[in-house]
Amino acid sequence: MALADDTVLYRMARAESLSIVHLDSFSAVYHRASGITHLITAPAPEILATLGEAGMTRAALLDRLARDYALGDADMDVLRERLDELVATGLVSRA
Amino acid sequence: MNHQFSVAIGPVGFRIGSDWRAPIAQLETLYRAYPKPTDGVPDFTVRLFAARPWRRVLRPSVMIGGDFVLPEAAPLPLAQGLLAAEMGMNLQMALGQRRYLLLHASVVERDGEALMMTGVSGAGKSTLAALLSLRGWRLMGDEFALLDPETGQLHAFPRLVSLKNTSIATVAAEAPADRFGPLLEGTPKGTIRHFVPDAHAIATMIQPARPALILFPSFGFEPAARDVAPSEVFVRLTQASTNYVALGERGFDALTKLVTSVPARAIDYPDTASAIAQVEAAWAAR
Amino acid sequence: MMRRAPDGWLLARALRLPESTLALDAQGWTALLAIARAEQMLGTLAWRLDGVAVPPNVGRILEDAWRSVEQGRVVALWEAEAARRALAPIDERVVLLKGTAFVAADLLAGQGRSIGDLDILVPRASLDTIEAALLDAGWEWVKPDPYDDAYYRQWMHELPPLIHRDRDRMIDVHHTILPLTARITPNAAALLADAGEVAPGLWALSPEDMVVHAAAHLFADGDLAGGMRNLWDVHCLVEQDGVAGLAERAAMHGLNREVARALRLAAALYGDGAGSRLVDRLYLRRVTARDGWGRTTRPVTRMAFYIRSHWLRMPPAMLARHLWTKWRKGGAGPASG
Repeated sequence: MALADDTVLYRMARAESLSIVHLDSFSAVYHRASGITHLITAPAPEILATLGEAGMTRAALLDRLARDYALGDADMDVLRERLDELVATGLVSRA
Repeated sequence: MNHQFSVAIGPVGFRIGSDWRAPIAQLETLYRAYPKPTDGVPDFTVRLFAARPWRRVLRPSVMIGGDFVLPEAAPLPLAQGLLAAEMGMNLQMALGQRRYLLLHASVVERDGEALMMTGVSGAGKSTLAALLSLRGWRLMGDEFALLDPETGQLHAFPRLVSLKNTSIATVAAEAPADRFGPLLEGTPKGTIRHFVPDAHAIATMIQPARPALILFPSFGFEPAARDVAPSEVFVRLTQASTNYVALGERGFDALTKLVTSVPARAIDYPDTASAIAQVEAAWAAR
Repeated sequence: MMRRAPDGWLLARALRLPESTLALDAQGWTALLAIARAEQMLGTLAWRLDGVAVPPNVGRILEDAWRSVEQGRVVALWEAEAARRALAPIDERVVLLKGTAFVAADLLAGQGRSIGDLDILVPRASLDTIEAALLDAGWEWVKPDPYDDAYYRQWMHELPPLIHRDRDRMIDVHHTILPLTARITPNAAALLADAGEVAPGLWALSPEDMVVHAAAHLFADGDLAGGMRNLWDVHCLVEQDGVAGLAERAAMHGLNREVARALRLAAALYGDGAGSRLVDRLYLRRVTARDGWGRTTRPVTRMAFYIRSHWLRMPPAMLARHLWTKWRKGGAGPASG
C-alpha cells in the first residue's frame, strides 16, 4: 500500500519479544512472537534502537539516523529498503 | 508387524518393524552390544514394509515408514534393507527430534571434551570420525551431534558408521573384519558398508561431553586452516540442523551459547593422513 | 489370555480417562504413543496426561511433544498476525478457522493441538482483492498445475493453496466451509456475520458454527481421515460451550444430520457414549482404524469412505473426470502404510 511517509508510524516490535545476542559484526535476533531468528547487521540495529516502541514516521526516522549515527552521507533509498525489510520480518510494524 | 527389533542409541530408543526377517537379523547382529530403549518404550518407530502385499516376495522392495515420513522417500531393494532401516532411524531423528538441537555433524571425545566436525557430505566427517576412533578418541557419532539446551553438553549418538565408496577400504585397512556389516552395492549413495563402533564407545554412550572445538573440514585441497567467525558458524550450524526452527528459543539460546563459547576452525586437507594431523594440531591449539 | 489388538480406542480411552493409562505396560505405551502420533494428537495426549504418573521415558516423550505444540502455537498465531497485517488495508473480517482459531480464542480444543496450515474465511466477493494483497505480501502459488488450479477455482470452497516465500507456511483462503460441488450449501454470510473478535483484528466463528464446521469437514468434505482429532475438537467445543442453540444453527446451514452424528460419535469416543446408533458403528470403525504401529488398517472400509466422500462432493461424471486426471498422474487413492 502506498501511504504517505508523514502519516504512517513505524514501531519496533515489543522489546520483551526480542532476544538479541551480539556475535561479531552481526547480531542474532530471536523474535519470540514469530519464533523466527534474524541475523542483522548495520544499519538494522540502529534502526531498531532509534524507532523504539513509541514509533515515528519514516521521514523523522531518516532524519534521526542521519544525525545520531553520522549516516548523513547514506543513501536514503537504501535506508528505506532496510526499513521495508524490517517490516517484512515483523521486527518493525506499520500503524 | 511380523519382525521387530528395538535398540537404544545414545539417549534415543528405536523400534524397527519389518515385513521381512533379513533386515532385522542384520540389525540384531550389528547392534548386539547395544542396550534396549529406556523403560521398554522407544522414542521412535520405524516401519519397513512392502508397498503391495505381493511385493513382499515378488521383486521385494522396502518402503520406509514410521512416526515421521517423507512422502518422496523411494523404496530400496530388499538386499539394502539394512540401509533402509538406518535411513528410517535417521529420518525419525531429522524430523522428530525435539529434545536436543540436532546438528548434522560427527563427534569424537577425548579427556571429557568433544570435537565436532561438520560440513557438506563428502567432506569426510564419517571417515575422519572412524579413523580418529581407531586412534584413541571416543566415537560419539558420525551423523548427528545432539546439543542439550539444558546443559550445553553434547550427547552421543553412536549409530553404525556409514562408510561410503573409497572410505570403506581406508577404514578396513585399520580395523578388524568382524566390525563391518555386509557390503551394500548399487545404493542411491554408491557402495556402502556399515562399521560397528568399538565396545568402549557403546559402553559409554550415555555419557555426554562438553563441546571444545568445532571443525569444518574440506577434502581435496592443499592443507590450510583458518578461524571461522561466530556469525558464520551460527549460519552454517543452523543450515546443518533439521530442528533448529522447531526448537524455538531453546534452540536459539543453545546455538548462540555454543558459537560464542567454542572456537571454530575450517581445515582443508588433500588426504586422510594430512587430515588427522590437522585435526590433532587444531585440537592442541584450541 | 489373548490380548486385544490396539486400535484408535486405546487413544480415545487415554484421552477420556487419563488414569486408565496407569494400567499400561511398555507395549501398551508404545502402541498408544504410535497411534497418538499417527493421529497427530500426541500434544493433546500430553496435555491430558499432565499430572498423571507415567514411566520416565514416556514423560520425556510427552514433554517434548508439549514443547513442540507450544512452539507450533507461536508459529500459527504469528502466521495469523502476518495475514492480518497483509489484509489490514482491506476492510473485511479475517475469520480464523480450525486449530488457529482454537488457540487464538484460547479454547479447550486448542490445548496441545497440532496446527498445520492457516485457514481463513473471507467474503467471496472480496476474494480477488484478498488474493492480490496476499501475493503482494509474499505469498506464492503452490501448484503451477493448470488442471488443479482450474479445479480449485471452479469447484472448491477455497483459493488454490498459497505458500509464503520466506516463512514456508501455507494459507488456505476459504469463502465457505463446503465445496461448491457439495449438495449442501451452508450460509456463508451468517458464518461471517456471527463471527466474534478473539484478538485485535482477528476473528473466529461463533461457538455453534465451530461445531458445524468441524462436522461439515468430517462428513462432507473429507474421507474421515483425521477423524479422531476432528471429533476431539467437537468434544471439547461442546464441553466448553454446551449444545444450546446448536441444532437450530446446524439446521439453518442444512447440516443438522452431520452435526447430530458428529455429536454422537464424539460422545461415543470421548464422552458417555449415550445415543450411539447402529450405523454410527461403521463410522467409528473407520475412525479408529489404526494399529499399534501407527498404520491405518481396515482398507476396505477406508476405500469405501474415500469414494463416498468424493461422491458427496461431486456429481458422478465430474468425479470420473477428476479421478481419471489423478490416475494419469499416477496418484489415485489415499496413501497407505
